[in-house]
Amino acid sequence: MFDAKNLELKLGIVGAGKIGTGIARAAVAAGYDVAISGSGTVDRIALTIEVLVPGARAATTEDVIEHSDVVVLAVPTHRFRELDGDAFAGKILIDAMNYWEPIDGVDAELASAPRGTSAVVAGHFPSARIVKSLNHLGYHQFEEAKRPLEATDRVGIAAAGDDREAVASVMALIEALGFDAVDAGGLEEGIALGPGGPAFGRAYSAVELAAALDHGAAERASA
Amino acid sequence: MNIEELEFGLNTFGEVSAETPGGELLTEAETVRLVIDEAVLAESVGLDVFSIGEHYRNGHVDTAGHMILGTIAGRTDKIRLGTSVTVLSTQDPVRLFHNFSTLDAASNGRAQLILGRASSTDSFPLFGYDLADYEHLFEEKLELFMRLRSEQPVTWDGTVRPGLTEQHMSPALATPASIPTWIGVGGSPQSVIRAAHYGLPLMLAIIGGQPTRFAPYVDLYYRALDQFGHPRLPVGQHSLGLVADSDKEAIEAYWPEWNRAMLGASLDRGFPAPTRRQYDGEVEHGALFVGSPDTVAAKVADDMMDLDLTRFDFKYDIGNLSRGLRARSIELFGSEVAPRVRKLLADRMAAKTSESEPVAAGSEV
Repeated sequence: MFDAKNLELKLGIVGAGKIGTGIARAAVAAGYDVAISGSGTVDRIALTIEVLVPGARAATTEDVIEHSDVVVLAVPTHRFRELDGDAFAGKILIDAMNYWEPIDGVDAELASAPRGTSAVVAGHFPSARIVKSLNHLGYHQFEEAKRPLEATDRVGIAAAGDDREAVASVMALIEALGFDAVDAGGLEEGIALGPGGPAFGRAYSAVELAAALDHGAAERASA
Repeated sequence: MNIEELEFGLNTFGEVSAETPGGELLTEAETVRLVIDEAVLAESVGLDVFSIGEHYRNGHVDTAGHMILGTIAGRTDKIRLGTSVTVLSTQDPVRLFHNFSTLDAASNGRAQLILGRASSTDSFPLFGYDLADYEHLFEEKLELFMRLRSEQPVTWDGTVRPGLTEQHMSPALATPASIPTWIGVGGSPQSVIRAAHYGLPLMLAIIGGQPTRFAPYVDLYYRALDQFGHPRLPVGQHSLGLVADSDKEAIEAYWPEWNRAMLGASLDRGFPAPTRRQYDGEVEHGALFVGSPDTVAAKVADDMMDLDLTRFDFKYDIGNLSRGLRARSIELFGSEVAPRVRKLLADRMAAKTSESEPVAAGSEV
């Protein structure tokens, strides 16, 4: 079991929409010092953060990166390429985005992505430590399902990444936010967490989630 | 909250109905005529506004809602005629203004609009727009539409359509900005800020989960209105449901249609198929307003109190819900639910007032 005392309770979030502000609220509630940025100037999101995420700080994206070693990427998927590819060098960058054609429009690279959309994200941020996570619960599931550590009805959230140390850090974050963390394997396994995958949109317990991911992996291997 | 000023409306997405539950489908043309009859029924049971969506997909006949509203205008006298929502990003604001200023003239001032991005995005590829541009399209077109609504003539320059030079808009509105225009939002904080920036009322689309989740958005809206120097403006809720004579009848009649609609959406978007448990949860404490008049009225009243709402729009069609169930739901929503909500809210306000203002000593007779 992870030990919250050893964690540096700081989190950066890039994206101040409904997903970014929802994650920020959970992080503030868990005792994190949160800095969050949106598109445009800090002024543009200052009131939104003050009202929707009291306790978090509206900041520039540069400040957010400076603020924390762990940064959540929660911008609309069709816009992540607008961010500087070197900006997150050495940071653990959580890809919380989903590519949905009905929402993001047709993006040929993301639509075909044989190794998953996170591989495309990793390609854009080659010096960041990418982990796919915090993307597979709907935003109202995320808000309504978080529970304290001792609760018996905690919901599972999975993390996938090739940098195992980064995955371990993200799993500790997941636990602190009020969920049971599940290791989904390497970054490519993040496909299972996206739209159409066995984990997407499901409020599973950690045990059910791990079983669904194993089952999905076995099906892909035999296909 | 002034009880007399509360508004109760119906929304339709022009969904093709059936003769009987699970029975033969109406044709799309018959469904257009059914929607017109339903608006006439809505007026007869005292509802305040009838609004049509904008979709471009099979089984929906709301592609040209202003035409349907124009016909309704000729068959009604009082009910206001609106949209839920107009996908402004892929419309020409000039054409949209023409359609609605004409509707407003023909209906003697009954036209109104809710502008939004909508959750279905079929209009983007259909009309040759890139979904990635929606923010920019919406922002610039809203700015132009607001100018068209309040200025005459209009000179405008932008990127989303040819510029205008001293353009007169006919038919002119009776008074500037007299077409009530709301912004529909689904949970994007930036959309809430935008509504406040333009000083437009806010319609919350609440179609899943606990409606009280939206309370912080209402707070954000009020704070932003203050910051932009606008007065308090109305907030409304759009939600789905069915009213029938008993809870059981409503719940069982609505389930197959909701299930089918959600299954279609889940296949489109890669989320899991709906379950009966999820449905029961949404009916019990989520965003589905399904039940007897008492059940639905209590739930609407709770949301109107919790979210400080002055308008509630009830989407009465879904999937192939039969025409008989639709008609009964409209009747009950207008003649039973709306008056009961007004009464419940009046009672709660009275209770609040008597709590906060203790009766003066000696006033008891």
